[in-house]
Amino acid sequence: MTHSYENTAIGTAGHVQAASALRIRLKRANRAGSFKALALVAPLLLFLSVTFLLPIGLLLARAVDNREVAQVLSHTTEQLAGWDMRATPSDDVYEALVRDLQSASRDRVAEVSKRLNYHSPGFRTLMNRTVREAGNLTSENARAELLAINDKWGEVETWQIIKQASPALTDYYLLKAVDLAKMPDGDIVTAKDDAIYTDVIVRTVVISLCVTVLCVLIGYPLAYLLATTDPVYSRWLLMLVLLPFWTSLLVRTTAWLVLLQSNGVVNSLLSWLGLISQPLELVHNRVGVLIAMTHILLPFVVLPVHAVMKGIPDVYWRAASSLGAPAHKAFLRVYLPLTMPGVGAGALLVFILALGYYITPALVGGPKDQMLSYFIAYFVNQSSNWGMAAALAVVLLTLVVGLYLALVLAYGRSRAGAKP
Amino acid sequence: MSVGKATPARWTLRIFAGVVLVFLMAPILAIIPLSFNSEPFFTYPMPGFSLRWYEAVFASVDWQLSARNSFIVAALATVLATALGTLAAIGLNRPDCPWRMALSAIIISPIVIPLVVAAVGIFYFYADIGLLNTLTGLVLSHTALGAPFVMITVAATLAGFDHRLMRAAASLGAPPVTAFRRVMLPIIMPGVVSGAIFAFVTSFDDVVVALFITGAEQKTLPRQMWSGLREQISPAITAVATLLIIVAAALMLTANALQARQQRINNPNSAH
Repeated sequence: MTHSYENTAIGTAGHVQAASALRIRLKRANRAGSFKALALVAPLLLFLSVTFLLPIGLLLARAVDNREVAQVLSHTTEQLAGWDMRATPSDDVYEALVRDLQSASRDRVAEVSKRLNYHSPGFRTLMNRTVREAGNLTSENARAELLAINDKWGEVETWQIIKQASPALTDYYLLKAVDLAKMPDGDIVTAKDDAIYTDVIVRTVVISLCVTVLCVLIGYPLAYLLATTDPVYSRWLLMLVLLPFWTSLLVRTTAWLVLLQSNGVVNSLLSWLGLISQPLELVHNRVGVLIAMTHILLPFVVLPVHAVMKGIPDVYWRAASSLGAPAHKAFLRVYLPLTMPGVGAGALLVFILALGYYITPALVGGPKDQMLSYFIAYFVNQSSNWGMAAALAVVLLTLVVGLYLALVLAYGRSRAGAKP
Repeated sequence: MSVGKATPARWTLRIFAGVVLVFLMAPILAIIPLSFNSEPFFTYPMPGFSLRWYEAVFASVDWQLSARNSFIVAALATVLATALGTLAAIGLNRPDCPWRMALSAIIISPIVIPLVVAAVGIFYFYADIGLLNTLTGLVLSHTALGAPFVMITVAATLAGFDHRLMRAAASLGAPPVTAFRRVMLPIIMPGVVSGAIFAFVTSFDDVVVALFITGAEQKTLPRQMWSGLREQISPAITAVATLLIIVAAALMLTANALQARQQRINNPNSAH
């Protein structure tokens, strides 16, 4: 049976019609398919958005959030808006301050004092004394009465600080997180007092880089041995890499503390061998941090590199040597480049994870080895300075997310962050 | 030069790798015997053998409470993370899934984002909505931390899954849920279980989030260890560490066996 069209014009038109109908159906089917796929991903996505990403977003917003002063000293800041910041402000401003202090609760004023104290140490004392007397003040003679409490109220700088701290958004914390400060006149300068954060950022990056380099240098040969040894042995050897990997981070940190103490196992072994006469300082310093962090992160290099190496066929070595390459040349020109994707992924993962480390440096390191995470925790736990904690979190996340996106784009989703 | 020829270079490599393996195992090798020390010292040779640190741990109310909390939280977080992570992996594995890279990047973010940042954010958020110092709050956070691992392991298993099987099931009249339960789930089960083990370990190991969002009543094993370490290292901690190493070894062997089984299913022709 043959199938032929009498009228080609109608046939073509029919084809076109059928094809476009098919295209529409296909589109619809595709759309239904993507919808089903998204419906399966949605529960986890929503869950993570609410329990994980939203809290982080709200925290980061605290880095620029600056509502305390404007809320509590609302009349004052309103009056200060028109002030030219040269001579002391008008009597209206003084009156407004007295009204604000009289109507605000003690707790809210304490928040504002703390906030203003960041700009000028001593502001808290000034505010406390003023608030104590605020009940007796009258709004008619506010200027003279405030000056009688403390002559700082007669200084232009005092009012500049209040005005500077009153916008609802601030760059104060973010600047401070990189050791910068804004002068009352708006110039951005290097912060004079406690300019430690660039040091901390550099230290965080340096420790992470050292750990990454150590992990690659000692992990690569191990991965190579595991990939090229008889499978019967390599399976057992791999267990020796995996067991520490599965063991709790805190257990391993505990173990290193016990091992590295001045009267610990390592020191007593070394002195028994006659290699040292004095115990070495191995914990609560940089050496301890590097040892413990390298130990904890090493499997993150060994496992992906090993996986890549196992996929490289032996014939490449044979091909290289049959073409006259000596072993070292075959390694450098053929084998090493083939393993680079694994090395890159592993190294970047180790670097990203190391940047955020908190527990291990806090337990094994000294005061000079604390990384960014420690200071974020410090500001939350010790001084409830959320703005500063959030600003340092912005710095840390910028480093980490930047590198993470590089990892995702370079290696695709399958390798990113995968524990094998 | 390839498989195991005993050249001098090969020997150097073996010795180097041996040293690295000793380094990797050193903390575990050293701490287990110390937990049986009859004296509170951390050096060898040990003066005598004793179970006193284990007795101290099992008799302590603090350790009991923290162990119970750890198991409850990890179990609940594992169930939630496994359900959510498995669904997401199946969705992302569908050939018609849009924005796949972006979606998986978001899902994996809890592994990558520094724990302190997450913990401080969750602390701040929970204080507002009343979940601070609750086991529920801890379960929710641990679910978020564990789900990406489930997604990754299940996705790895699904990479070898033949989608024609689902079409075959459908053409034989199976509704999607039946096809999933009877065809897909049995095949991806090893991935689901090893993902669940990862989620369990993630929750069981977490100390940073627990430090910020729990009070004395919700403390977990790692939190209890942390406070022990901050004050003065008691030898009782070595006993807890040893117990945790045994748990880790058991979980690792289970996950490993599952992975080996999966590999056999994916490439039945390979020798190992």
